[in-house]
Amino acid sequence: MSEETPVWKALNLAMDAEMSSDDSVFTLGEDVGLYGGSYRVTQDLYARYGEWRVRDTPISEGSFTGLAVGAAMAGLRPVVEIMTVNFALLALDAIINMAAKIPFMSGGQFPMPLVVRMPGGVAKQLAAQHSQRLEHTLMNAAGLRIAVPATPQDAWWQLRQAIRSNEPIVLLEHELLYFSKGRLDTDLPPPPMHRATVRRPGKDLTIISYSHMANLALKAAQRLSSEGMDIEVIDLRSLRPIDWDCCVNSVRKTHHLLVVEEDCGFAGAGAEIVATLAERCFPDLDAPARRLAGLDMPTPYNGTLETASIPTTAAIMDTVRQMLVPGEIS
Amino acid sequence: MKRDTLLSMLHDMLLARAFEERAAQEYTRGNIAGFLHLYPGEEAVAVGVLHGAEPNDYIVSTYREHVHALVRGVPAEKVMAELFGKRDGCSGGMGGSMHLFDQERRFMGGYGIVGETYPIAIGIGYSIAMQELPEAVICFFGDGAVNQGTFHESLNMAALWKLPVLFVCENNRYQIGTEIHRHSAMTEVYKRACGYRIPSEKVNGMDVLAVHQATRSALQRIREGTGPQFLEVETYRFRGHSMSDPGSYRPNVEVQAFKDEDPVTVVLEESIPDFPTESQLEALGRDNIVHLTGHMRQQGYLEMEDVTRMKGEISKLVDKAVDFALNSPEPDMHDAWRALYCNRGQEVLI
Ligand SMILES: Cc1ncc(C[n+]2csc(CCOP(=O)(O)OP(=O)(O)O)c2C)c(N)n1
Repeated sequence: MSEETPVWKALNLAMDAEMSSDDSVFTLGEDVGLYGGSYRVTQDLYARYGEWRVRDTPISEGSFTGLAVGAAMAGLRPVVEIMTVNFALLALDAIINMAAKIPFMSGGQFPMPLVVRMPGGVAKQLAAQHSQRLEHTLMNAAGLRIAVPATPQDAWWQLRQAIRSNEPIVLLEHELLYFSKGRLDTDLPPPPMHRATVRRPGKDLTIISYSHMANLALKAAQRLSSEGMDIEVIDLRSLRPIDWDCCVNSVRKTHHLLVVEEDCGFAGAGAEIVATLAERCFPDLDAPARRLAGLDMPTPYNGTLETASIPTTAAIMDTVRQMLVPGEIS
Repeated sequence: MKRDTLLSMLHDMLLARAFEERAAQEYTRGNIAGFLHLYPGEEAVAVGVLHGAEPNDYIVSTYREHVHALVRGVPAEKVMAELFGKRDGCSGGMGGSMHLFDQERRFMGGYGIVGETYPIAIGIGYSIAMQELPEAVICFFGDGAVNQGTFHESLNMAALWKLPVLFVCENNRYQIGTEIHRHSAMTEVYKRACGYRIPSEKVNGMDVLAVHQATRSALQRIREGTGPQFLEVETYRFRGHSMSDPGSYRPNVEVQAFKDEDPVTVVLEESIPDFPTESQLEALGRDNIVHLTGHMRQQGYLEMEDVTRMKGEISKLVDKAVDFALNSPEPDMHDAWRALYCNRGQEVLI
């Protein structure tokens, strides 16, 4: 099967596939059951699997995420949906102190087959408390893995892999991607969940990005090709661990590095990527590496300012031009 | 009650006291570091509750959990080795005093963040309920922990979905140095459970038989499908909150009053060379061991020689635990990485 499918549907199919093949998989979260999920990811599952496996919860992020940790310790494979990443702040104790630490603190006795799915990112004028990404926070919790699917194919692959894995995995889903469509072939064998992918090969400059921003970077690269610039676009797919080999190989080839991220640049994924690549391939760089990131401010409600606070396709193109045509624009 | 059951409860109370006092010594000697929260005074709670549980029930505990683990059957040497941070400790030296785990005995961990035990417990309860198994979860926490948000969130979910969880509040009246009247608007903890329609009762935690009885009935109700149950067990810790706390905020007369009800000193203290007589026991008040031993003597279950022998065995057991811990190797970095990646299998990450 290979057809145009929206991301939400790919996730929904992945949930269904895993729930039907393994009785220990269950999902819980606010409005995931009867209502079908805020972004339709759990649509129809309640009718199919009943309330014990598709559980509507009270608004108690800290405890229902912790509940999933306990259930995972007792042999189930929970998939938690936190309505948006913003509310995950209330569940950070369960995610960081519990899920990420228990396998280690127990000396390896307890597996942690836990998946926490969270929509997030800057959508459309949702204001500061509903427009964040928290990858910078989660990336620093040793013991957690973070997957950031940008396409329906990756959403399908990575959710299924995450459910089958025995490690605690956070799936950061971008709110703007749920209804974007792409090819989904459910028969294709998946690459390892943490493997980055070169979405577009090129020889002049490497853009490293992930999630929604990887799609913008790809668009920018396609447009820049008409200006004679051949840009390579890497979609990380995983923020912990990061596929450094893929990044290093690319920089060795293009000698130019730009990281594009929606999260604010301060102490974020881009900082980590630039620092590590500076250590690993400094002599290969022909120019300083750069980051294009969200501004270091809460997301404004005003639509114009909101757009101006995060990278756009045009901004990515501008930055690339500045890097490849020195002196052209300042 | 069977003689063997009573004797093993007495044994565990004495072991608990001896183990903890020895841990304090080893801490002073520098063999144990970090935070060490000891249990003397509270033995009747762990023993009463855990002897009421079945082997396939799960236990979730806090950072004051050595005795919970011991009574659950985790070997004393594995607990001591964990306090020493050694490779043969029950968590491989990665957890320490506050994080004892034993998967085989369904000892689901000690947690260092106040209020974490509830969600873990309801999650295990959820797993049991979903699979309709005849098991239960026992969730321990202190009086200070009932003001954490997870208490209310988790009790609500437990009651809503009738999860098989026995909540046990070890009310020792203090959250570190803050007395219960200064940390809780409602000091009768058991009443809080009523807000979630969870059957609850207050139990005298210096009376091991009362704790045991209340636990048996509560677990019985859970197995009949009644849903979660709640016990507030009133107890007292004789030591400070941890080794770094001398406990100076408590008036001497208060500590002394509770020590007079000490569950175990009557048997352990050298100043009472023989097992006390009936009249000595009566003079000591409503002591735990008084209840237990009085009962056992009435039934003709207990002879002085039994106690002497038991004390001897226990002190050997604790010595052996310390030797074992001293001789166990230090874990190396390889062990640490293996613990971190324990569930990764053969997958090689970049
Ligand atoms: C979330 C959190 N806040 C604060 C602490 C520090 N702390 C450790 S134990 C404790 C007191 C807890 O008292 P209680 O629940 O009554 O248990 P007890 O020590 O008396 O057994 C505090 C405040 C902590 N570990 N976790």
